[in-house]
Amino acid sequence: MTSPVRVYVPGDSAACSVGADLVAAALAEGARTRGREVEIVRNGSRGMFWLEPLVEVVTAQGRVAYGPVQPDDVPGLLDSGLLDGTSHPLSLGPTESIDYLARQNRLTFARVGVIDPLSPDDFENHGGLAGLRRALTMTAAEVVEEVVESGLRGRGGAGFPTGIKWRTVLAAPARPKFVCCNADEGDSGTFADRMLMEGDPFTLIEGILIAAVAVGATEGFVYIRSEYPAAVATMRRAVEVAYEQGWLGQQVLGSNHSFDLEIRVGAGAYICGEETAMLESIEGKRGMVRPKPPIPALEGLFGLPTLVNNPLSLASVPTVLAEGAAFYRDFGMGRSRGTQVFQLAGNIARGGIVETAFGITLDQLLNDFGGGTATARPIRAVQVGGPLGAYVPPESFGLPMDYEEFVAAGAMVGHGGIVVFDDTVDMGQQARFALEFCAEESCGKCTPCRVGAVRGVEVIDKILVGQDVAANLVLLDDLCDLMTDGSLCAMGGLTPMPVRSVLKHFAEDLDRTSNAGSRP
Amino acid sequence: MTTQGRAEPVEWSADAGQAVIQSRAAGRGPLLPVLHALQETFGYIDPQTVSLIAKALNLSRADVHGVLTFYSDFRTTPPGRTQVQVCRAEACQAMGGRDLADHVRRRLGIGFGETSHAGGFSLDQVFCLGNCALAPAVTIDGRLVGRVTPARFDGLLGQLAPERSSS
Repeated sequence: MTSPVRVYVPGDSAACSVGADLVAAALAEGARTRGREVEIVRNGSRGMFWLEPLVEVVTAQGRVAYGPVQPDDVPGLLDSGLLDGTSHPLSLGPTESIDYLARQNRLTFARVGVIDPLSPDDFENHGGLAGLRRALTMTAAEVVEEVVESGLRGRGGAGFPTGIKWRTVLAAPARPKFVCCNADEGDSGTFADRMLMEGDPFTLIEGILIAAVAVGATEGFVYIRSEYPAAVATMRRAVEVAYEQGWLGQQVLGSNHSFDLEIRVGAGAYICGEETAMLESIEGKRGMVRPKPPIPALEGLFGLPTLVNNPLSLASVPTVLAEGAAFYRDFGMGRSRGTQVFQLAGNIARGGIVETAFGITLDQLLNDFGGGTATARPIRAVQVGGPLGAYVPPESFGLPMDYEEFVAAGAMVGHGGIVVFDDTVDMGQQARFALEFCAEESCGKCTPCRVGAVRGVEVIDKILVGQDVAANLVLLDDLCDLMTDGSLCAMGGLTPMPVRSVLKHFAEDLDRTSNAGSRP
Repeated sequence: MTTQGRAEPVEWSADAGQAVIQSRAAGRGPLLPVLHALQETFGYIDPQTVSLIAKALNLSRADVHGVLTFYSDFRTTPPGRTQVQVCRAEACQAMGGRDLADHVRRRLGIGFGETSHAGGFSLDQVFCLGNCALAPAVTIDGRLVGRVTPARFDGLLGQLAPERSSS
């Protein structure tokens, strides 16, 4: 009797959206009828979505990959020796040697797609808890300074230095203090938070615990958007397991720190990705943005000191603590230190996750990793940093991914999500959509955003049909100024960024009168 | 398994509503968890529930109404037997999402935010399902599907049980 063969079939919701559940079922059934024992593990995704469903088999030579596998492929794969790792037209060789993966620096995503997401043993055997254990031997201030030293900046988009924010919460006198993880990943082109929560939830919990130790917090929330039901389910189960393991609750890992964590679910409001709107939502209110000051670090959830961080910021912290600030800081360029989890999305041949040091160029990401468009047509524009980010033309693809370099070019790195469009895109419609989206999702608290977005759609509609184009372009520019300067938060304040980038780089798609017929 | 199936909704009554509210009324800021639990149980949040929630959580009815109507997830009328969501955000637009959205509206004969006359389908727009590398994406009864073309969408409807695939 041989021991069962371990087979990994992702349970990640994107992998399941192209049939991973059916492949897992076909494998179980096929192995049974052939009298072979298999242990099917539903791991996270490796983040190579054009290869999903990606099946991995554990062999004497390590894990070997096959993909993309459809349910109909399974009988043939089993008959040709899948469970012994033999060659097949769908073979991709050893997983770790796949070029796309081999060229990355996976720090935050080191375990995503590798381990069984809800196995505490798997997590610890792959280096989990090393960062938290070290943090528990240090003073709160030492932990904070380690994070400051690492150069880590907020991965949610704004890029604020994480350690500086932690310092402010640590110094706040009021009690209790909260840690709130903002997992309201609403921007199109981003899915890294979702993949982390589905594929390695304990790393996020470890990051939250280190943050709690560092700032003196005793309670926390993870606010997850309702569009991510699988992430909600995995995180809820992970929190239960963490309590069973003694990682959460009284005396975290036997220390004098106590910490309670609860999962909260959003309800379809994009604005709740803005930190103060999220806090209102957790309190049970409409997701309306709060004026700042006071900053949440001093008066946040229920008016108490609150650390609000993005999942990827928090999930980067265990590496910083386990390996030391210098290790992390050695990746990157300028004031952008460490690695960023870039996400290639939209019309891209090889879409997925590329975790690598800052400084990589857009061209390397789009062409070396991404392989150009899925439609095999030329790229006309990429939107970087979500719906509030600029559309970047191919002339600028030499830009290195660096917070300051992007700002200087009138764009933003944001959370590293990149949406690719081919040359059939109508950039006039994309500019219109930016304002339409703002009109749909504005919380309504401030006038520049609430009314400005609606007026913006009207003005663009006039421009697109050729009505008083010159005068309306001036009006649009003026409106962009007003929204940028007068809005309460980034929703209204940054909506002009994609609009202006279209005006600057793709003006012929807006002013159709001067170039009639030049666009499809 | 990560695919999300929806349980059959329970018929709303004041007593059943009260029981659901009480089950989630403890803890900090319980209003959203209460509303989610009600919708999970009954498929929608009956407007008569507002005063029950207000009383249980010591809020004004205006507060509850304000929250209920702010969030696009919460519905105050029963959903269709089959619920369809279509992503309309940028990554899906880049892969034919606009044409797909038009096709779905034509195929189901309803607009976004509507339920078909005989209660067969509810159709909603959504901004991002986090499946941006396998765009365009839809969900059917909570199950996420990627790389959806108009033809593939029709095929997915064809796989529904007969009583769920009529409008």
